[in-house]
Amino acid sequence: MATGSVPVPHAGSKLRFLGSAKSGTADAWNMRVTSIALFPLSIAFVAIVLSLLGKDYTAARAELGNPFVAIILLLFILTGVFHMKIGMQSIIDDYVHDAHLKEWSLIANLFFSVCIGLTCLYAALKLSLT
Amino acid sequence: MTHGEPGGNGLEKRRPLSPHLQIYRPMLTMIMSIAHRLTGIMLYVGTLLLAWLLIAASTSADAYATAAACVNSIPGKVILFCFSWALFHHLLGGLRHMIWDAGHGFAHPQREWLAQATLIGGIVLTVGIWGIAYWVP
Repeated sequence: MATGSVPVPHAGSKLRFLGSAKSGTADAWNMRVTSIALFPLSIAFVAIVLSLLGKDYTAARAELGNPFVAIILLLFILTGVFHMKIGMQSIIDDYVHDAHLKEWSLIANLFFSVCIGLTCLYAALKLSLT
Repeated sequence: MTHGEPGGNGLEKRRPLSPHLQIYRPMLTMIMSIAHRLTGIMLYVGTLLLAWLLIAASTSADAYATAAACVNSIPGKVILFCFSWALFHHLLGGLRHMIWDAGHGFAHPQREWLAQATLIGGIVLTVGIWGIAYWVP
């Protein structure tokens, strides 16, 4: 800069002097923990799906009623939804720059994750408990 | 490089701050990085499919039959195939990230090898699992 002055942050500049984001370590850690959990859970999920192929409705319900299968499915759903919420949050943080759009996108991500999680949870519980 | 200057005429908004996609030749590792993110997005959207199937199964035999018929149609199978590839690719990519977290695999031959192994492994697992699904009914 020719004048040697400090750039003043304004709406057009990328530099805003807002300091650190102050949080994010929890997300980074939870991403890793959920990834570790999802490794065996995804393999188990694929195994469950493969074993359900070709079964008729009553046999499929019987299998999903098995407590071991049901618990694995529930763990997969809960862990997966938590993992995807954090992941999509990083994507929004990286690519959405407009302040209002970013706020609403982050809210939408949270709501979508919670709703999908609860929906799958409800269905899995209904399948295994009835 | 260039900084945003106060009272600028908007040029700073249009000026790239550093050489970016316009400059860099695509490399396998950077393609794999965005592929990891893209497969993540595909899985995120794919949870809708999972929710639909589970709700249908928990509601009634008719609802399940409808859902199963849709998934067994040609477009349904294509979507399921893509979803399963996304799952295996993202799974192996996650494993690669874990290896990096442990501090290994950053040096030159290893990072290329890991990228190739993830890409090929994802395809092999997808084709393999679908083969098992069809061969062992």
